[in-house]
Amino acid sequence: MSRITQITGRAVPVVGDDVDTDRIVPARYLKEITFSRMGQYPFFDERFGPDGETKDHPFNKPQYQGAAILVANANFGCGSSREHAPQALLRWGIKAIVGESFGEIFAGNCAMLGVPALAASRGDVGTLQKRARETPAAELTVDLEAMVVRAGSLTVKVTMPESRRRALVEGTWDSTALLMANAGLVAAAAARLPHPSGSGR
Amino acid sequence: MAQGTLYNKVWDAHTVAVLPTGQTQLFIGLHLVHEVTSPQAFDMLRERGLKVAYPDRTFATADHIVPTMSQARPFRDGQAEQMMSAVERNTKEFSVRFLDFASGRQGIVHVIGPELGLTQPGMTVACGDSHTSTHGAFGTLAFGIGTSQIRDVLATQSLAMEPMKVRRVEVNGKLGPGVTPKDVALFLINRLGVKGGIGHAYEYAGQVFDQMTMEGRMTVCNMAIEGGARIGYVNPDETTFAFLKGREHAPKGADWDKAVARWKSVASDADAVYDDVVKFNAADIEPMVTWGVTPAQSVGVLQTLPDPEKMPDNGDRQSALLAYRHMKLKPGQKARDIAINVAFIGSCTNGRMSDLRAAAAVVKGRKVAAGVHAFVVPGSMQVRKEAMAEGLDHVFTAAGFEWREAGCSLCLGMNTDQLKGDQVSASSSNRNFIGRQGSPTGRTLLMSPAMVAAAAIAGHVVDVRELAQTGASK
Repeated sequence: MSRITQITGRAVPVVGDDVDTDRIVPARYLKEITFSRMGQYPFFDERFGPDGETKDHPFNKPQYQGAAILVANANFGCGSSREHAPQALLRWGIKAIVGESFGEIFAGNCAMLGVPALAASRGDVGTLQKRARETPAAELTVDLEAMVVRAGSLTVKVTMPESRRRALVEGTWDSTALLMANAGLVAAAAARLPHPSGSGR
Repeated sequence: MAQGTLYNKVWDAHTVAVLPTGQTQLFIGLHLVHEVTSPQAFDMLRERGLKVAYPDRTFATADHIVPTMSQARPFRDGQAEQMMSAVERNTKEFSVRFLDFASGRQGIVHVIGPELGLTQPGMTVACGDSHTSTHGAFGTLAFGIGTSQIRDVLATQSLAMEPMKVRRVEVNGKLGPGVTPKDVALFLINRLGVKGGIGHAYEYAGQVFDQMTMEGRMTVCNMAIEGGARIGYVNPDETTFAFLKGREHAPKGADWDKAVARWKSVASDADAVYDDVVKFNAADIEPMVTWGVTPAQSVGVLQTLPDPEKMPDNGDRQSALLAYRHMKLKPGQKARDIAINVAFIGSCTNGRMSDLRAAAAVVKGRKVAAGVHAFVVPGSMQVRKEAMAEGLDHVFTAAGFEWREAGCSLCLGMNTDQLKGDQVSASSSNRNFIGRQGSPTGRTLLMSPAMVAAAAIAGHVVDVRELAQTGASK
């Protein structure tokens, strides 16, 4: 598993509060039993009409193809727990998300996939979105050690829970191995704690 | 930082270790699994050569994709059939108990956990579904997880977690006639906002919750996540214990008394410290209706829709403008008169016996308005059976409702129940997101089951209290 310390790439702005995971991936695509095709689906119903016609959405615009950093507003990824949402963004090419705030489960899912979800102030998010609109070809860098986003002469402070940051930077964001290492402690907890079968312990 | 709350006690009891990252390794007492978010997790186990560590703490069912008209196999929708086959194969291969149709225990995962007595106070409960917060009604820490986290729970019965803050949400006084737990849930989201709960567990308390039934508490906890709180809970009390007693998986005999003593001890202490406390008055809560595309965009049924120009120029105004464009509604219009095409009673929010009884009381002796497609989807096979034993199915069908099999149905567009075009639904479910009910242009009005029933009869949104006054119009 890789250490994730810096991500450099172009930004794509997705403007608006409360962009829920149903909007990120419509439920009908959750009927697929693998994630392999999710990269085709981000924001599907906002990008395509009923007859397949293309709508005005940043993910459709040529200048944002290949963008790696999504810049969102408040409560991005609220709603359903579907990991299909960050899977779709990741498989489309998004490697980091900067936003005012995130739906809690979505942020946790991003962490599990090695996609940092970083919070910035409303003003700074607005500045980054404006820059992405005006100079879409300009790259920016997300720096998880300095906890800043650098965009040309601009440096913006970002935050995320320290333990999640460490998991990314230390390359332990795929947590299964860490958890399995404590199998003995888990067994002790299982013996100590109540069981849903109703056996009173 | 909170101290002495149920959150603290359950979190501490389930802490296995502190991981090198600083994350808490939290033991999961009960893992509930459904067909939609689990197939990839089982695939990950296969890829890594892992087993399900504690199959005896893992229970699966199928709810999201199951059709509610005919459940004959193979399902007509090939993708649904494939998904159903996957959960059958996975649970068999990994020795997980699958509560399927043949077991008589199938249903929406958040209905059957409590119904079977699997959900017990003081537990941690995880499920690949955001509405797992429902189980907090029993004084558990219950929360939704993603598929990679499902892999972790299957493989290790634990999760790497960050701690939360605890907000006590008190509602005091007495709810007025026609005001239900769903209205409490929508009111709290309206006041605290859809982002208000980010980073928090909500402890629901006060006289209204003390007096509320378990099913009502489940409705409110179910929608904690709609207010941004991944966890919502109510401290366990005599109402909780009475609900659990005698259920299939509830402790029996001498174990029962020990369990009750333990359950009492996990409730928040009288002198518990919270990160913050907010208080509301029950008298301020009316039957609620959403008009927008987030569950916070709601008004009391007798109110008019708000003016975005009067909102602060921030995300709220932009969200309201988006909502008006999508919903094709106008500021200043009365909520009461919005016409509907579809009436849906069901879901993990409101698909239980008390919900069906409340809706049946409204429709009894009345008829669904011309042009309205109305249907009732019980939350589980057992709810369906119990409702039929009471004759509720006849009350609904006589009024012109369809009576369906158990499943998630129209709550989300994953099965044969979907809105068409820009139809408007009155829905007892939990999300009015754009496209949520299967049509990208579909429009959803969230309300209580009794309010949905009333809207089905009137053909438009109406105050359920009006119908209560006029009695049945035959």
